[in-house]
Amino acid sequence: MPRPRVFVTRAIPQAALDLIASEADMEVWPQAEPPEPALLRAKAAAVDGLLTNIMDRVDAQLLTAAPGLKVISQMAVGLDNVDVEEATRRRVPVGYTPGVVSEATADQAFALMLSAARRVGETERWVRRGGWKIAFHPLYWLGAEVHHATLGIVGMGKIGMEMAKRGRGFDMQVVYHSRSPKPEAEALYDARRVDLHTLLRESDYVSLHMPLTPETQGLIGREELAMMKPTAILVNAARGPVVDSQALYDALKDGGIGGAALDVTTPEPISPNDPLLSLDNLVVTPHLGSSTVATRSGMAVLAARNLMAGIKRQRLPQCANPQVYRGSSL
Amino acid sequence: MTKPKVFVTRQIFQEALDMLSKEADVEVWPDELPPPRDALLRKTAGVDGILSLLTDAVDGELMDAAPNLRAISQIAVGYENIDVAEATRRGLPVGYTPNALTKTTADMAFLLLMAAARRLVETAEAVKAGRWKTWHPLHYLGQDVHGATLGILGMGRIGLEMAKRAQGFDMPVVYHDVVRRPAEDEERLSIRYAPFSDVLRESDFISLHVNLTPDTRHLIGRAELEMMKPTAVLVNAARGPVIDHDALYDALKDGEIGAAALDVTEPEPLPADHPLLTLDNCIVAPHVASASVATRRLMSIMAAENLIAGLRGERMANCVNPEVYEA
Repeated sequence: MPRPRVFVTRAIPQAALDLIASEADMEVWPQAEPPEPALLRAKAAAVDGLLTNIMDRVDAQLLTAAPGLKVISQMAVGLDNVDVEEATRRRVPVGYTPGVVSEATADQAFALMLSAARRVGETERWVRRGGWKIAFHPLYWLGAEVHHATLGIVGMGKIGMEMAKRGRGFDMQVVYHSRSPKPEAEALYDARRVDLHTLLRESDYVSLHMPLTPETQGLIGREELAMMKPTAILVNAARGPVVDSQALYDALKDGGIGGAALDVTTPEPISPNDPLLSLDNLVVTPHLGSSTVATRSGMAVLAARNLMAGIKRQRLPQCANPQVYRGSSL
Repeated sequence: MTKPKVFVTRQIFQEALDMLSKEADVEVWPDELPPPRDALLRKTAGVDGILSLLTDAVDGELMDAAPNLRAISQIAVGYENIDVAEATRRGLPVGYTPNALTKTTADMAFLLLMAAARRLVETAEAVKAGRWKTWHPLHYLGQDVHGATLGILGMGRIGLEMAKRAQGFDMPVVYHDVVRRPAEDEERLSIRYAPFSDVLRESDFISLHVNLTPDTRHLIGRAELEMMKPTAVLVNAARGPVIDHDALYDALKDGEIGAAALDVTEPEPLPADHPLLTLDNCIVAPHVASASVATRRLMSIMAAENLIAGLRGERMANCVNPEVYEA
C-alpha cells in the first residue's frame, strides 16, 4: 500500500514534522509567504491530508478541486479561513487546536492591556531616540492604573476565563458579556455578567475574546466605542474584523477612548501606512497570541495528530465538525 | 507671624501645591531639569521646608546652608539622595511616600516581564516598520509566562504584590530576602523561600525588588548572570545600580540569559548610545514604574502632607527617621 501523502502549508515545529514523516510522504511549503490559492488547490488535489494555518484559504473551490482529501488540519483555534460548512457537506473532517492556545493568548492579551495602560512601547521608543534627558519628572509619561480597575471581558470562553484569572491577581473587578452565564467565572473570579452596553460603559479595559462569526463582525463600532469611558482601553486579541477599524481610528484620534492594543487587525498584515499606526495611543503586535515556543509546538503536534488520524480514517482528537461522523462507527 | 517658606524642586500636581500654599510661601523650580547644585543651595538657604526628588542631593552641606530648615519631604519611596543620618542628627524629620506606589510599581514590573517574554516592543516596532508580511508558525516566538517559575529577590511590599499577580498566571514563585516572610504570607501566596543562588538557577523570570544599599549594589553581576538559565528574563524596577550593566550587556549579547527589561538603569537617564539600547532582547523604560495619574497625584499629596506636618511641628504620617520624635 502506498504511503499517504500530505501537504503542510508552512514550516512548523520539528516535533510535529517528525510525527507526520513517520507515517506519510510529506511536502512542506518552504516559503514564509503562503502558497498562492491556485497552487494550494493543486497541492490539495494531490494529497490525502492538508495541514493549514490562518493565512490559507480553504474554500469550496479548493474542496471541489480536491475530492480525494480526507482531512483538513488547521493549526489554529480559529477557522474563519476554512469553509467548515462545505467541508462538512463533503464529509471532510476539519481539525483544529483549541485548549492549547488559551493560556498563551490570554498572556498576550494581558500583556497588551498592560502595555497600552503604561505606555511601554511609546516610552521605550523615546528612550532609544534619545528623548530621556531628565532622569525623573513627577508629571512625565503618566499612564492608567491597572490594579483595582474594571476589566470587561466580551466572550467568556476558555481565553476569557484565563483573562479573568489574571485580572484577579491585579485586584481587578471583572464584568463579562457572554450568551450564556458562566457560573464558574462567577464563583472563581467574582465575575459579574452584564449586557454588552453596561460592560462598555463600566469597564476601564475592554478585552475581546469571541470567535469571528457573522454576528460578531463589526461588533465594536462607532456606537459601542462612544459608550466607552474616555479613558478606556480596548484590547483585541480575538479577530480583527470584530472591531470597525475606521471607527476605532476616529475614537482614538478624537479622545473618544483612551487607547487600544491589537494583536489582530483588518486586514492582516496591516499596512505600515495604515492611519491607525500613526497614533501614539495604539499598540499593534503581529498576531502573536499563540507565539511561544511551547505553545506553537503544542499546536503543531496536535495538528499533526489530527492530520494523521484523518488520513487513517480515524476520529480526529480535536474535530471542529464532528457531524461528519454521524452515522459512522467513529 | 510670617508664613514659612518652602522650596519644591519640581512641578508636582497642582492640588498638592495648593495645599502647601495655604500654609507656606511656595517656590517651585519651574524647569524640567533638576535645579543645578548652586541653584539648589541658593533656593533652599532661607527655607523652612524642602520637597525633594530622587535627583536632588539633600546632604550635610545643604543642611548647613539652610539653618531654618525644619522638614524634608521626599516625593518617592526611596531616599538614597538624602543624608538621613545627618538629618536625624539635626533633628530634621524626613518624609517619604511608601505604599502609594507599591501596586502601580508591581503592575509595571509585571508588564516588563511580559513584554520581554512576548517580545512586545520588538514586534510592535516590526509592525510599524512594515516588517509584518505574513503570519508564520515559527516567527517571533517568545516564552510562556503562565506556568513559568518567577524568582523574586527582595520580598518587601512590592515583591508581595508581584507574587500575587503571578498567581493569576499559575506561576510557581521562589524568593530570597535577608528576612524570610512569616509562614502565613508564604502560604497565602504559595511562595517558597530559597537561597539566593537557587533562585537564580531555578527561575525563568527573575524580578528585583530590593532597596539600593551598599550590600545590594551590583547584586547581579557576572557570576550571578552565569547562574541563570540561558532563557531567563531579568526584570529590574528597583534601582539601576543593583545590576552591573557591563556584565548584563555581555550576558544578553552572548545569550547567557534570554532577555532583560529595565525600568531603572545606571546611569539615569541612560544615554541613547548606550550599548544596551542596541540589543533587541533588552527593553528600557524611563523610570516610570510609579507613573500613573492616580499614583503620582497621591504621592504629591502625601509629600505635601508630610511637609505641612513637618512645618507645623507635628508628626509626619510617613517618616523615614521617626527617631527624631523620640527626643
